[in-house]
Amino acid sequence: MMYKLIENTQLTATVWRMKLAGDTSAIKAPGQFVQLTVPGFYLRRPISICNWDEETITLVYKVVGQGTEAMSAMKLGMELDVLNGLGNGFDTSRCGDKPLLIGGGVGLPPMIGLCRQLLAEGKHPTVLAGFNTESEVFLRDAVEEMGAPFVLATMDGSAGVKGLVTDAMADLDFTDVCACGPLPMLKAIMNATEKPAQLSFEERMGCGFGACMGCTVKVKGGYKRICKDGPVLDREEVIW
Amino acid sequence: MKDLSVTLSGVKLDNPVIPASGTYGFGQEFLPYYDINILGSLSFKGTTAESRFGNPTPRIAECPNGMLNSVGLQNPGVDHVIAHELPALRKVFRKPIVANISGFSIEEYVECVSKLTREEQVEILEVNISCPNVHGGGMAFGTSPEAAAAVTRAVKQVATKPVYIKLSPNVTDIVSIAKACEEAGADGLSLINTLLGMRIDLNRRKPILANVMGGYSGPGIFPVAVRMVYQVTGAVKIPVIGMGGIATARDVIEMMMAGAKAVQVGAANLVNPYACKEIIEQLPIEMEKLRIDRLSDITRV
Repeated sequence: MMYKLIENTQLTATVWRMKLAGDTSAIKAPGQFVQLTVPGFYLRRPISICNWDEETITLVYKVVGQGTEAMSAMKLGMELDVLNGLGNGFDTSRCGDKPLLIGGGVGLPPMIGLCRQLLAEGKHPTVLAGFNTESEVFLRDAVEEMGAPFVLATMDGSAGVKGLVTDAMADLDFTDVCACGPLPMLKAIMNATEKPAQLSFEERMGCGFGACMGCTVKVKGGYKRICKDGPVLDREEVIW
Repeated sequence: MKDLSVTLSGVKLDNPVIPASGTYGFGQEFLPYYDINILGSLSFKGTTAESRFGNPTPRIAECPNGMLNSVGLQNPGVDHVIAHELPALRKVFRKPIVANISGFSIEEYVECVSKLTREEQVEILEVNISCPNVHGGGMAFGTSPEAAAAVTRAVKQVATKPVYIKLSPNVTDIVSIAKACEEAGADGLSLINTLLGMRIDLNRRKPILANVMGGYSGPGIFPVAVRMVYQVTGAVKIPVIGMGGIATARDVIEMMMAGAKAVQVGAANLVNPYACKEIIEQLPIEMEKLRIDRLSDITRV
């Protein structure tokens, strides 16, 4: 389906925010992703959905290679071919009253849509974000505008709690965890709490809709395709 | 009215477009995008005697005009396919099915063929002797004429449906292997499988794929595929299903002009889930432009 690029703004040295206008009815849950065609590249690029409304999708992405580099150079008004509403996303019905939403670096964007949804359901989410340093921090405004608490941890202590997200978790009161970020962070969170957790995983993908088996991982009791059966897995099924 | 129908070893297809094995699962993932009954047929995910997880990830890498994969024949095993995948496919798909079969020994090929040949909807058995992503099997059978002939003879003993041998392009002389399969009794051939390739992540200074090497597919390999289909169909009498980088209706016509009786569409399905639908809808339009009334007339013109 075609979408029109209506915003492409740099947020930090490497992170950009893109807004697309078009049909968003395919999006069923926060934590789902899109597959975006980047002219000049063969495979689509999977990007998590940061937030959405009836007419627009917000994507916040990090420039990590040539494909995302090309995305950052896309001009407003451009028509983009996007497969929308892919993957399972977070199941908010399984969240408790006080979910802790943890985003590590570029794992933070899907927590925005999730936070909005949880607030709409009358729950009381807290967003905990981990970065290396203050200049890398993004999306703080997006959380605070929704009225949810935003807790920050930086490795060098230049803003918020000094250390990892797990160092900041100790003082927080929460019922369960939803997290997205690097694998070592997800592992550390699992070591820091026994509470229920939904974890979003990343994998190099081919198709993004379950056909190619490019992103399969072993889970307890079988295999899962990160693109179709994930990207969100329950902590109980993950093999670390 | 344009006639798109083709016939493969007595199996009539409404059109020559078949999604290639490994790019279409067992059809289910494409149901949200279109009615898959518009397809000529469907070659399902390569099936082995036992279930296989396949290779570690990353299994996918970007390439100019294509991609690498090193999935490594992930599949639930032939018994599970017959018990679960084929009944589910039967509910949504009424066309002939191509059963894609892989193995690590001749006995394993024979076991899979003898089970899948009994499935009513399976009308063609496509025996893959060319997977580049598994050790000790697959492509090993596809790189020597003797081994290719041995697999062909063995599966023909138990097959009750036409046997098409899927050939590897990763050989010096594909014609000698094609001829060996024909002499051993193959009813047809499928070619080409992916080309063995490799990419390196410059930042990590390591191969992108966990399995180091993988199969290159996509429009970049199309000229190689056309060449090989042309060479093989010039040397054998059995029908050939042509594949390798097909992405448009014009590619289909070109592949058929090179000698293919039908075609398979692979990587294109993964970057555009509507690829087969768009190709099938565009075929009559391109035929009109080229003044072709009956598509089967253009094979190796």
